[in-house]
Amino acid sequence: MLVIDNLHASIEDEKQKTKLILRGINLHVKPGEVHAIMGPNGSGKSTLANILAGRPEYQINLGSVQFDRQDLLSMEPEERAAAGVFLAFQYPVEIPGVNNTYFLKAAVNSIRKQRNLPPLDAIDFLALVKAKIKEVGMDEKFLNRAVNEGFSGGEKKRNEILQMLMLEPRLAILDETDSGLDIDALQAVAKGVNSLRDPKRSIIVVTHYQRLLDYIVPDVVHVMVKGQIIKSGNKELALELEAKGYGWLESLQA
Amino acid sequence: MLQWRLKAYRHWQTLTPPRWAHLNYPDIDYQSIIYYSAPKSKKDGPKDLSEVDPKLLETYKKLGIPLHEQGRLAGVAVDAVFDSVSVATTFKEKLSEAGVIFCPFSEAVQKHPELIEKYLGTVVPYRDNFFAALNSAVFSDGSFVYIPKGVRCPMELSTYFRINAANTGQFERTLIIAEENSHVSYLEGCTAPMRDENQLHAAVVELIALDHAEIKYSTVQNWYPGDEEGRGGIFNFVTKRGACRGQRSKISWTQIETGSAITWKYPSVILQGDNSVGEFYSVALTNHRQQADTGTKMIHIGKNTRSTIISKGISAGFGQNTYRGLVRILPTATDARNYTQCDSLLLSQTCGAHTFPYIEAKNSSAHIEHEASTSKIGEDQLFYCRQRGISAEDAVSMIVNGFCKKVFNELPMEFAVEAQKLLEVSLEGSIG
Repeated sequence: MLVIDNLHASIEDEKQKTKLILRGINLHVKPGEVHAIMGPNGSGKSTLANILAGRPEYQINLGSVQFDRQDLLSMEPEERAAAGVFLAFQYPVEIPGVNNTYFLKAAVNSIRKQRNLPPLDAIDFLALVKAKIKEVGMDEKFLNRAVNEGFSGGEKKRNEILQMLMLEPRLAILDETDSGLDIDALQAVAKGVNSLRDPKRSIIVVTHYQRLLDYIVPDVVHVMVKGQIIKSGNKELALELEAKGYGWLESLQA
Repeated sequence: MLQWRLKAYRHWQTLTPPRWAHLNYPDIDYQSIIYYSAPKSKKDGPKDLSEVDPKLLETYKKLGIPLHEQGRLAGVAVDAVFDSVSVATTFKEKLSEAGVIFCPFSEAVQKHPELIEKYLGTVVPYRDNFFAALNSAVFSDGSFVYIPKGVRCPMELSTYFRINAANTGQFERTLIIAEENSHVSYLEGCTAPMRDENQLHAAVVELIALDHAEIKYSTVQNWYPGDEEGRGGIFNFVTKRGACRGQRSKISWTQIETGSAITWKYPSVILQGDNSVGEFYSVALTNHRQQADTGTKMIHIGKNTRSTIISKGISAGFGQNTYRGLVRILPTATDARNYTQCDSLLLSQTCGAHTFPYIEAKNSSAHIEHEASTSKIGEDQLFYCRQRGISAEDAVSMIVNGFCKKVFNELPMEFAVEAQKLLEVSLEGSIG
């Protein structure tokens, strides 16, 4: 489903100096798999997640990304969304004055339109969103508030998962969705993600901590350090990292 | 009437155009303007709507301003000012049953001279400013509204202005009088077709609210803004002012300003009556080379007077957007309150937003709050929307509409929808 080949990417800092962040990422995610990407701060995990979603400020220096045999990097962010790529943001953005339901409906119908499907009417949409909001344990009153405005950290993350459930992506990328969550919110997020697990759907979980992986059990765990994946293994690797930290792996860097 | 006009004209001759606004424009040759223009068919006059220029009707439709059948459904009465002559007034009968007078200004001068004499120029005297003097001297028509004691106007009143002929100035005059315990909601819409040269629009609007009366005045202004290089477009120099003369009276201005090459207007409220309320809700959008210098004045005279100012400025392209506001609390205005919120949104690297708030408090019991913000439309917000499948254009209009929500909420329902569409159209192609 997703094939990342030798991906190098950089960003311009405030002094307009180019900073290389990804230094040759290779990753192959098959349909139905859940991959966890772990690693210390500044290793490039979030950059990778954002590049897959199409954030414009990064530069691709080398390498390629194929999604369903399409060249993902040449697509606009909204085309990627329509193709089924979803990013749960580390820091969800507030959009003052824009009603949450309105936003969700615009997103769902915009993606349906790009897929040549008829739009959902107001009644079908409302029934769907009310069912999904229960799954993530949010009060319906959040539907009538402005997108993320004044939401707590946990509410914002639940709202991300609500959007994910509504959009039913084929590749869901969770960028540190667990950071700053209490145990209830963490479980609600995990429950939402697990309900999407499906032989045709892939999930990439970017996280610092093993904790989330107790609830979302990954098929493969990767360790990323300084812009490269230096070790991959099964879920036991996450436990090992938790016990030993990342230091012992850094010698493996190419 | 003639004497008053002549006085205004003589006074105008002594004045020089104001230059204090944050605007750039060439001098206007006031001799070359045609001060009165009538539709070509004037000789026999358009007898009914079928004789009105279909383009005008089309624009009405596009703006959602309903005439004949549509109007009946929506319950809107429309007085259309086409160039300077009023061509159609609907719903006169239903209104006159309620005792409401809603007619072209020219007719009011004939039929209700006592009201005109009593109120005309009492809120905006001809000596007020350069453009008000010019208007007083040359205005040819406009709208007149009179709501008698205790009457709640049974429908939204709506006037529609359009500048059609080349080189024409439009100088209409609006006078609204709300007697004790009455209520009226009034909407004006404005458009003009494309012209290469600049056209002048210098209107005067006067509102008078007596005890417990309420006037709500909404404007959707979409005069031709000029092309992308700033050629042509309307110079919109308008004086709008309301007087809350009575106790507990209320005047509320709502304006959506998306058109005109230059907008210069400050709909204001004089809060004379005790416990009276003044409100100003504004969205001003400048794209390409448009310039706007707009805001309000709230003059607190009576006790316990309250005013609210919500101003949202949006700049795109090379647009320049200025908020200029005055809150004045006079010594007599014990326990006066004002709340001002003034936000600017920038959509490009080349546009500008400016804020000039003036506050003068001469009574120590006054409460005045002022909040202001300037933000650039967030790359983060845009990316967030696009990641959810929403196109960049749709995302911008969504974010801008969210930004303006507080003001749109003040518009009558059907016009709120129209205002959103207007913003979308005005912003087309403004991102990249």
